[in-house]
Amino acid sequence: MNYNWDWGILFRDPYIGWLADGLFWTLSLSLCAWIIAFSLGSVLGIMRTSSSGLLRLVATIYVELFRNIPLLVQLFLWYFVFPELLPDDAGRWVKREMPMPALSTAILGIGLYTASRVCEQVRSGIDAVGIGQRNAGKAIGMSEPQVYRHVLLPNAFRIIIPPLTSEFLTIFKNSSLALTIGVVELTAMTRQIEEYTFQGFEAFTAATIIYSVVTFTVMLIMRIVERRIRVPGMISTN
Amino acid sequence: MKKHIIPSLLVGALVSLSAMQVHADAGDSPTLKRIDERGQISIGHRETSIPFSYIGDGSEPIGYSIDICMKIVDAIKVQLGNDDLSVKFVPVTGQTRIPLIANGTIDLECGSTTNNLTRQKQVEYLSTTFITGTKIASKNGSGITEIEDLNGKIIGLSSGTTNERAIKAAIETLGLDVKVVPVKDHSQGWLALDTDRIDAYGSDDVLLYGLISKSKDPSAYQVTGRYLSFDPYAIMVPRNDSTFERLGRVVMSDLMRSGEMEEIYTKWFVPGPTNIDMPLSATLKTAFEIQALPK
Repeated sequence: MNYNWDWGILFRDPYIGWLADGLFWTLSLSLCAWIIAFSLGSVLGIMRTSSSGLLRLVATIYVELFRNIPLLVQLFLWYFVFPELLPDDAGRWVKREMPMPALSTAILGIGLYTASRVCEQVRSGIDAVGIGQRNAGKAIGMSEPQVYRHVLLPNAFRIIIPPLTSEFLTIFKNSSLALTIGVVELTAMTRQIEEYTFQGFEAFTAATIIYSVVTFTVMLIMRIVERRIRVPGMISTN
Repeated sequence: MKKHIIPSLLVGALVSLSAMQVHADAGDSPTLKRIDERGQISIGHRETSIPFSYIGDGSEPIGYSIDICMKIVDAIKVQLGNDDLSVKFVPVTGQTRIPLIANGTIDLECGSTTNNLTRQKQVEYLSTTFITGTKIASKNGSGITEIEDLNGKIIGLSSGTTNERAIKAAIETLGLDVKVVPVKDHSQGWLALDTDRIDAYGSDDVLLYGLISKSKDPSAYQVTGRYLSFDPYAIMVPRNDSTFERLGRVVMSDLMRSGEMEEIYTKWFVPGPTNIDMPLSATLKTAFEIQALPK
């Protein structure tokens, strides 16, 4: 390879600050998107297993729609197409006056996409608790919301911690797609360092390490959470 | 003495044979060696740099830079004595072009790349093929002529371009309050301008004229302002390979000396397939003359 290496570039001003900024935006974007994904995904997961055919249908359509379109395409649709479908004034507001248009769009887009995946985890969790528990709850006179609140959900969420951890890790990695609509997160900052210094290999190595550290930390935290709240016997402990 | 004639003739024949052999090989050039081994020349091209390097009606890239590169490809075939070398086109972007040259994925980059001294730390350039600079495009009637008019407004800039740096620097020097929206490439920048997401799009003036000429309604856009940077374009090659670089320079000097360069220029710019209509400027004409080094 025909390349001038300069690792020092990563620790020089302003590039180290850029990496820190990029990490900040990656974390903010991922955590905000995760809040949307987790709350909406949980509601959808409940709808998908409820006794109401209408609720099940709505949730199923949502999941199939958001899960089957590539995330990158969804981001483009939200960013470029969605504002054009609104009335002129509203479209203009979304495009220009909304605080941080690109970031907000990315949070929404990634959040809604991940919600469809979280929904499926929640649904499988509720199914894993079993029809027996659901019927037992009903038999002692609980209403359906009560069965969910006191019987199904407390068990289901504790069963699905491992797959939810995966989704949580994925959202950090998917956040890098936001750069395609102009969010200057970690990957975009890495590219910017490359553009200014042409030391792309060093910059991308740094990004690789930062992403790994973030996801590894998340994994450790989720391990601890899992150990504390798992239902004994429901998650394999190795 | 007579009996020595035949061996010396033989030696002479061998010497001239090996001289021919030397002519038809890669010499000390790692790039030529790589091309010889692969039997393939990899050319990096852009997809929307009109009319330098873009995807035309077919699927193959076409343009001014591509035409010049094909002349260099011909010279490489002669140098390696291999007429069957295939050409592989690799699409590149503002961000990928330099790493791809550095890691040897592409042998030549034929796009619209500014030759600057920072980039020369990683890559080498052939002769200057075009001279341009950063300007701003906006919609007609937007009241934008100079960068100062963008105070309080939004400008889109393509990531990884010299224009991005030039305009950001100008905004900082002039103390303007301009919001910068980074975009991935020219087509996305143009889409953002078209949908009023941004008020202006900054790029090399020739590329802006190219984008306008390909837009739905070319009369709706304008390119205005003074030059905010000086951008001489050149074809990019790997560094530390003066043999390969010289081969490219020989081809380009020949083109400039014979006037063929002007013919290629006219083919793409006056008025050109996309009606860009930019006659050869006096500066560029002089640049061609200066770079037409003697044999």
